[in-house]
Amino acid sequence: MSAQATTPSPPSPPTQSATGLEKRTAERSLARRFLARPEVGALIGAIAVYAFFWVAAPTFRPADSLSTVLYQASTLGLMALPVSLLMIGGEFDLSAGVAVITSSLTASIFAYELTLNVWMGVIAALVVSLAVGFFNGYVLVKTGLPSFLVTLGTFLMLQGLNLAVTKIFTGNVATNDISDMQGFSSAKAIFASDITIAGVPVKITVLWWLLFVALATWMLLRTKFGNWIFAVGGQKDSARAVGVPVARTKIVLFMLVGLGAWFVGMHELFEFNTVQSGEGVGNELLYIVAAVIGGCLLTGGFGSAIGPAIGAFIFGMVTQGIVFAGWNPDWFKFFLGVMLLGAMLLNTWVRRQASRR
Amino acid sequence: MAQSTADDAPIVELHDMGKMYGNIRALRGIDLAVRPGRVTCVLGDNGAGKSTLIKVISGLHQHDEGEYRVDGEPVRFTTPREALDRGIATVYQDLAVVPLMPVWRNFFLGSEITRGVWPLRRLDIERMKKIADEELRAMGIELDDIDRPIGTLSGGQRQSVAIARAVYFGARVLILDEPTAALGVKQSGVVLKYIAAARDRGLGVIFITHNPHHAYMVGDHFAVLRLGALELSADRGQVSLEELTNHMAGGAELAALKHELAQVRGVDVEGLPEETELPATPASSS
Ligand SMILES: Nc1ncnc2c1ncn2[C@@H]1O[C@H](COP(=O)(O)OP(=O)(O)OP(=O)(O)O)[C@@H](O)[C@H]1O
Ligand SMILES: [Mg+2]
Repeated sequence: MSAQATTPSPPSPPTQSATGLEKRTAERSLARRFLARPEVGALIGAIAVYAFFWVAAPTFRPADSLSTVLYQASTLGLMALPVSLLMIGGEFDLSAGVAVITSSLTASIFAYELTLNVWMGVIAALVVSLAVGFFNGYVLVKTGLPSFLVTLGTFLMLQGLNLAVTKIFTGNVATNDISDMQGFSSAKAIFASDITIAGVPVKITVLWWLLFVALATWMLLRTKFGNWIFAVGGQKDSARAVGVPVARTKIVLFMLVGLGAWFVGMHELFEFNTVQSGEGVGNELLYIVAAVIGGCLLTGGFGSAIGPAIGAFIFGMVTQGIVFAGWNPDWFKFFLGVMLLGAMLLNTWVRRQASRR
Repeated sequence: MAQSTADDAPIVELHDMGKMYGNIRALRGIDLAVRPGRVTCVLGDNGAGKSTLIKVISGLHQHDEGEYRVDGEPVRFTTPREALDRGIATVYQDLAVVPLMPVWRNFFLGSEITRGVWPLRRLDIERMKKIADEELRAMGIELDDIDRPIGTLSGGQRQSVAIARAVYFGARVLILDEPTAALGVKQSGVVLKYIAAARDRGLGVIFITHNPHHAYMVGDHFAVLRLGALELSADRGQVSLEELTNHMAGGAELAALKHELAQVRGVDVEGLPEETELPATPASSS
């Protein structure tokens, strides 16, 4: 052994004092902080679209037109909300569109066939919707398959079940009218009534929608679970390593989509009294469009609850604006595509501005 | 400081531990003890099994052979949470941070402070920001804005935040997987300083590195892995930097390395033996 080795030197004291690190640029300016919010791009887009239709269609201007736009936005937004939370959590749900119809069908058929109070059907639909969400989440975390594939499977299964089961019970593609059944009026009051605000009739779904967006915003930014949503979507393995229950968080997110599908499903049922079993296909993509326009990152870990609400509002404006302007509604999808691409470019640009220091 | 005393009983102990990935044998016959207030360095080439070793200790993987004891009691962790609850905290090679989330949210991720009762239970944001800021300052890390996404910090800063986090959450054993691997000289120095700071607070530190130089600056015990087995396990008093490098590199590359080392020797000159004193065989830990 060498002499040096028997009298080891103490570990050299660190030479670099961290306080010596020069202090970089001070607080980011307020404008930068604002631009860093996920929903900024959507907000700019919404103002532009609103201004556009204000000019192009005079009938778009009155308050009851706004009410129609908001109604349109709310039915989409109520689903876009949980779909966005799920997207922030890093997953997709392609079964969300048909899951809404599954929920309506369950409530309708269950109550009608057993001649129960419709509220029993509402509860049955809730159980089924949550179970579908749980199934998606559970299969995802157990198999490790991408959510695109898992929920594509569920999408196909539900689509088939919707048609087949409805035909078994009604011999038809639609369910029977339930408007004369017990409990219908109270359920309609909750899910599909009109209320008047300052002389303007507003669908109750608009209020529910705004309430849920506020709740979701609070949850995302102010609770532990919200923190976990960002974490599992941003870097799943890191989240797991610091003790975040990743599997539970993802399953709950899928079940929230189930909850949304139940709510919108109940609205459709009590609004139209009967359900077309083949509906819903394609809506899952509209939810994703609203989320992406609203600034949610397709790859997860970034987004907000307000953004997709603005996205849904843009969607409502475009759908109704085309009608008010007296244009051929065939143009709608084209406009939606333009909006999507435009929003993506705008969001990317805004984010680049925000991260520039 | 280099000699272990009887009263500082090991917190973490491995006995003849082995780990398989399917039929790939990643580790075999590993004996290791981590004592409070001491830095155990694990060295080895790429694929030697260093990350696998700490994944077992931190509860990400389970061992297949031998024994893993915490405070003398055999354990088998199934989640990192269980290891954390026993005071074993890990700063991973990829840092276990979520890049898009703000620094303070990352600091408290998985151990958030809340107030109020359910359903109104909410994050105590003010307090978390304050504590994160204080803790980072206490470790000598100054950030202009604790709300910045952690992904915008430099590698050394991120590493330091991760260390400060583990220390704050009452870690007794701190595992660091190649914390200096991607860092420049200055930034590495900062991280080594935090390792020493954690050791001085009485934590047992497991420091994984490719760099015998970094290891020798803070290490009290050295374990060199080769192809999943322990090639060397020696206290500081039993091995010199030159020998350590020899074990890491193998005889052939040594000449080249010696040349390189001669230029960076300024870091820890006293520990280096004369060139003539290079032993041909590993120092046996007697
Ligand atoms: N999840 C896994 N499945 C199968 N084999 C693995 C897995 N992880 C690691 N291995 C294998 O185990 C051996 C040890 O890998 P490990 O990551 O522990 O090396 P390391 O010493 O950390 O290397 P590096 O210095 O590159 O980080 C390698 O041969 C590697 O291919
Ligand atoms: Mg490694």
